[in-house]
Amino acid sequence: MHPAFSVILLTTLIGAGQGLYLAMVTGQLYAIARFLPLQKDQFYALGSLVALVMLVAGLGASFFHLGRPERAWRAASKWKTSWLSREVIALPLVMFLVFAYALAHLMEWTEPLFRVGQSLDVDVTLLLGLLGTLASFALYVCTAMIYAGVKFLEEWHTPLTVTNFIFFGAASGFMLAAAYSAYVGNPLVTFFGTWAAILTLVALVSRVAHLARNARIKHKSTIQTAIGVRHTVLTQRAQGATGGSFNTREFFHGRSDRTLGLVRALYLILVFPVPILLIGAAYVTESSTLPILAFAVQFLGLLLERWSFFAEARHPQNLYYQSVA
Amino acid sequence: MTQLALVIDLNVCVGCHACVTSCKEWNTSGWAGPMVDQDPYGASPTGTFFNRVQTFEVGTFPNTETVHFPKSCLHCEEPPCVPVCPTGASYKREDNGVVLVDYDKCIGCKYCSWACPYGAREVDAEQKVMKKCTLCIDRITDAKLSERDRKPACVLACPAGARLFGDVHDPDSEVSVAIREHGGYQLMPEWGTKPSNHYLPRQKARMHIDPDELTRVDNPLRKEDLTSYTGEETLDDVAW
Repeated sequence: MHPAFSVILLTTLIGAGQGLYLAMVTGQLYAIARFLPLQKDQFYALGSLVALVMLVAGLGASFFHLGRPERAWRAASKWKTSWLSREVIALPLVMFLVFAYALAHLMEWTEPLFRVGQSLDVDVTLLLGLLGTLASFALYVCTAMIYAGVKFLEEWHTPLTVTNFIFFGAASGFMLAAAYSAYVGNPLVTFFGTWAAILTLVALVSRVAHLARNARIKHKSTIQTAIGVRHTVLTQRAQGATGGSFNTREFFHGRSDRTLGLVRALYLILVFPVPILLIGAAYVTESSTLPILAFAVQFLGLLLERWSFFAEARHPQNLYYQSVA
Repeated sequence: MTQLALVIDLNVCVGCHACVTSCKEWNTSGWAGPMVDQDPYGASPTGTFFNRVQTFEVGTFPNTETVHFPKSCLHCEEPPCVPVCPTGASYKREDNGVVLVDYDKCIGCKYCSWACPYGAREVDAEQKVMKKCTLCIDRITDAKLSERDRKPACVLACPAGARLFGDVHDPDSEVSVAIREHGGYQLMPEWGTKPSNHYLPRQKARMHIDPDELTRVDNPLRKEDLTSYTGEETLDDVAW
């Protein structure tokens, strides 16, 4: 598949945005359970607003993928059958809940509404946080299922695509939370950094499993089933177009296998070991810049990872365009 | 239920591309048009086409044969491109089974093209909406046209008569009979998309001739007689 930069940006930005928001809610939950010191409301509010900026930026990038962006509102109509439509509904919902969560903290709507059990005071921020968490996970699933749901793209048609999207998003979000905490000088940087390292390792397991699966993949369709001629030697002599077509542009990345291998090696380094080492070094040296660098490196790596994710997928229609493949 | 479709006879197709040009001509000036052409006279011309003829070579030289393979939307009975469309622009007509795109609703997200294993859909670079073969829906449903003309442009244009058009759900239609009697098959059946268009396979025209058919054993007019006679009775002596 041809990796579209707009979609690469959309998926990485909203993934990290949701992750940052989940990190803020996690921080609040830990504080409620008294595992962590309670932070000022501004801390959660500002973090959520940064998450909101990432979500808005991702949404903005997605419009560049559309031929007719002015009609984008129509995309919410077929939610019963289309994962793309479900994402179009889930994304604004998450954005609204993230904004409401930030607003509730900013306005300090922290009067307990009711009490659960002995000591759990439930206020508006907690309710919004829980709703936003559910919506964020739903959005991760919707985004990933756009790719995992297309059975023809067999490299994507696996639950591992969904776990990749969830763990990559959460890891980069927690990494961003650590960077944000470091930037504002909040001691939670260690907490977020630890979770970021754990989630990065889980994402590594998921992605390596995905790579291993795809390395052994056996495609359903062959050139024989594509044109229905039973012969072992079938050579394409003409593709029907002199200067290429949509079919030769949309479904091919146009790079060499060497470039593909290089990008894979690069993202495996940039997404996994480097940020973990940087976060570790930040913990030892108590540096406030290293976590920011860790996030920047990981996000750059994720852009390459997403490029690779698209480039690796081989569409069955490519069988009709043999001389491009 | 009617399911209109094409049946393409690979045994007859000569690869002349008349179906390609007539399709482009009809559709660019009709309901589905215009169909963009970019750099048409330059080194790398490209544009929107609903139908293409590709060419494949089967076997290794000198034992090769050439297969010309016209390729367009197959109007699947289970079209995978329809449910993925987020706007409902992509739909399958209830009355005749033709898969169409509503150009006023399409947002040009290209998701349906990912969900088609045949590569039958493409974005029009000018109008920025998804386009594909309509089976010339504006011709075949036009009651003002005569019965003879109420067919897709490609079918009418084919000089070899390699393209048949009709209802594949009607067992007595020309297309159903052709599929049944000439081994018509579907492309990529492994995906369960149930393409309505069928292809008729290449068939070698072979004829077996017995030596008897060339030389009659008891041909009375036969002059050649290689027997050497030494005075005995021959057939000429006993027959009159």
